[in-house]
Amino acid sequence: MKRSGAVGGILVIVGIVVWWSLAPSWLDFLTAVAVAKGLVVLGVVLLIRAGLVSFGQGLFFAVGAYAVGFAGKWWSMHDALALAGLGLAAGIVVSLAIGLLVARYREIFFAMLTLAFSMMLYGGLVKGYGATGGSEGMPITPPTLLGRPFSSDTELFFFTLACASFMIVMALLYARSPLGYAAQAIRSNEIRVGYLGASVTKIVLATFILAGAASGLGGALDAMLVGHIDPDLTYWTTSGEFVFVALLSGTGSVVAPLVGTVIFEIVRSYALRWFPDFWQIALGGVLLAVVLFLPGGLWSLHERVLEYARRFARGNGSALEQAPARTRRQEL
Amino acid sequence: MILIIVDGIVKASWLFLLSVGLSIVYGVLRILNLAHGSLYALGGFVAAILVTDWVEHGRWEEGTFLILFVAAALVGLASGPVIERGALQWIYGRDQALQLLATYALFLILEGLQIALWSSESFQTYVPFSVLGNFALAGVIYPWYYAILLGTAVTAGLILWAFLNRSRFGRLIAAVTYDREISRALGINLRVVYVITFTIGAFLAGLGGAMSAPMVSVVPGFAVDATVAAFAVVVIGGLGSIGGAAVGALVVGVAQAWAVHEAPDIEVFAIYLVMTSVLLIRPQGLFAREAVRRI
Repeated sequence: MKRSGAVGGILVIVGIVVWWSLAPSWLDFLTAVAVAKGLVVLGVVLLIRAGLVSFGQGLFFAVGAYAVGFAGKWWSMHDALALAGLGLAAGIVVSLAIGLLVARYREIFFAMLTLAFSMMLYGGLVKGYGATGGSEGMPITPPTLLGRPFSSDTELFFFTLACASFMIVMALLYARSPLGYAAQAIRSNEIRVGYLGASVTKIVLATFILAGAASGLGGALDAMLVGHIDPDLTYWTTSGEFVFVALLSGTGSVVAPLVGTVIFEIVRSYALRWFPDFWQIALGGVLLAVVLFLPGGLWSLHERVLEYARRFARGNGSALEQAPARTRRQEL
Repeated sequence: MILIIVDGIVKASWLFLLSVGLSIVYGVLRILNLAHGSLYALGGFVAAILVTDWVEHGRWEEGTFLILFVAAALVGLASGPVIERGALQWIYGRDQALQLLATYALFLILEGLQIALWSSESFQTYVPFSVLGNFALAGVIYPWYYAILLGTAVTAGLILWAFLNRSRFGRLIAAVTYDREISRALGINLRVVYVITFTIGAFLAGLGGAMSAPMVSVVPGFAVDATVAAFAVVVIGGLGSIGGAAVGALVVGVAQAWAVHEAPDIEVFAIYLVMTSVLLIRPQGLFAREAVRRI
C-alpha cells in the first residue's frame, strides 16, 4: 500500500505523456495548460483533505503569474527555471502572510476569507494600471532555459511536466508524513487532534503554505505557457473552477488532481464545441451527480474497479461476505 | 454625510431582503446555499417579465407593486420544494465541503438555465420605480421607491421575526434548529419543517430580486454580485439570526455607500475589506452564538 502513491504518480505522468503524443495537435496546448492548472487544483485538494474549502486559490495562481510578469518587466529575467522557482517562492511568501490570518478559521469563514483576499488582489490588479496593465493584463516574453530559447512547444510542455512532477513528489512526501495524516485527522475531528497534543493551527498553516506553493508554481507555468496574464486569474470564477475540478478529481489521492484537470479541460473544450449554450448546465449536473453518487471523485473509480477485480479473483462465495457494509448517516 | 447614511440605508434594505433568507435556511437546514443568489436572479427575471406584460396591457400602474410580490411567491413556491426535495435532502449532515459543492452545482445549473432561457436579453422595467415620483430630503431628491424598499425590508423582517417567535409553527422550526434528534423524537415532522423553511428562504431571495428588478437591468449573470454580497452580510452578522442579517446589511450598506461617495477607487472591494476586518476581530461574526465544541 505504501508504494501505491509513487506508482500512481508515475502512471499519471506516463499517462499524460502518452495522451500528449496520441491526442490531436490542437489539444496539445490545452493539455500543457491543464497540467499547470492541475497544480492549483492540487493545492485545493490538499486543503480539502484538511477539511477546508478555499474559494480563493486563484489568488496564488495570480501571484505566481504576476511574479513572472514583474520579473520579466523589471529585471529582464526570462530563465524558465528561475521563473518557476520565483513563482513557487512568491506562493510560499504570500501564503505564509495570508495563512497566519486565516489559519484559525474553518468552514464558510475560511472559504469567505480566502475569497475576500483573492478579490482584493483582483481589485488591486485592476486599479494598479501603471504597474499591472489593469484589466488588460500584460504580455510575457517567451522564456529561455539555461540561456537558450525553447525550440518548440514540446520542450516547454516537458518542462511544465517536470515541474509538476516535482510538486507531486513534494505532495506525496507531505501526504505520507505525520503532518499529512494529522491534516486528514483535522477533517474528521479537529478537537481530538488538539487533545493529542498537536497544534491544529500550525498543521493548517503548513498545509496552506504547501497549497500556496503548488498554486504559485502553477501560476508561473501558466504565465509562461500562455504568454499573457490578466487579473481574471484571481477572479472568483477561476477559483470556483479549481474547487469544482478538485472535487471532480477526488481528494483521496494527491496525484488525482493532475489527471482530473486534464480530463476536465478536454471534456470542457468538447462540450463547448458541441453544446455551446448548455455546457454550464451540464457542468452543474455532472458536479451534482458526483457529489451525490461518487463522493470520492473520479479517482475513487479505480479503487472500485480494483475492489471488484479482487472479489472476482477470490470467487463468488467470498464476495458476499467481503461486501463492504454500507453505512448511511441517519440524518432524516 | 446624510447622503451617505440614506444611501447606505437604501442599500441595506436591499441587502437585508437578499440575505435574510440565506441566514434562516442555514439556521434550520445547516446548509449554506450558494445558489441563493440564483433564486434572487430568478425573482428578478420573473418580476421583470410579468411587470412588462402588465404594463403593455395598459393596466393599473400602481398594481405593479403587487406583481413584484406575486413574482417572488411564484419563484419561492416553484423552486423551493423542488430544490429541497430534489437535491438538498440527500446532503443533510454530510461533510460541509461536500454541501458547499452541491449547492455550487445547483448554482451552475440555475445560471445555465437562465442563460438558456433568456440569453443576451436584458429586461428593464422602470414603471414601479417611476410611477410614484420623488421626494426631497435634506436638499436631495430621492425616489419614493426607496421608501417602499425600506418599508418592505422592515416589514419582512418583522413578520419573519413574529412568525419564528410567536407562531406555533415558528416555535417548531426553532426547536429543530436547537436539536434535530430530540425534535424528531417529539414528533415534529422534519421534512415538512425543512421544505417550508427552504421555501420561505427562496421566497425571500425572489422578493429581493423582484424588488431590485425595477432599479437595474436584469441580465443573466447578475446573480453573482448578489451571492457574494449576501454571504458577506450573513458572515458579518453571524449565521442564523435575523438581527444579525439586519446589522450585517447596515454595516455593508453604509460601507458601500461611503466608498461610492468618498473613495470610489476601493468601491469594488469595499465589501471584502469590511468582511475581513469584522472577521479578524470577531471570528464568528457579530451576533453568532459560540459554537458548542463536540468531542
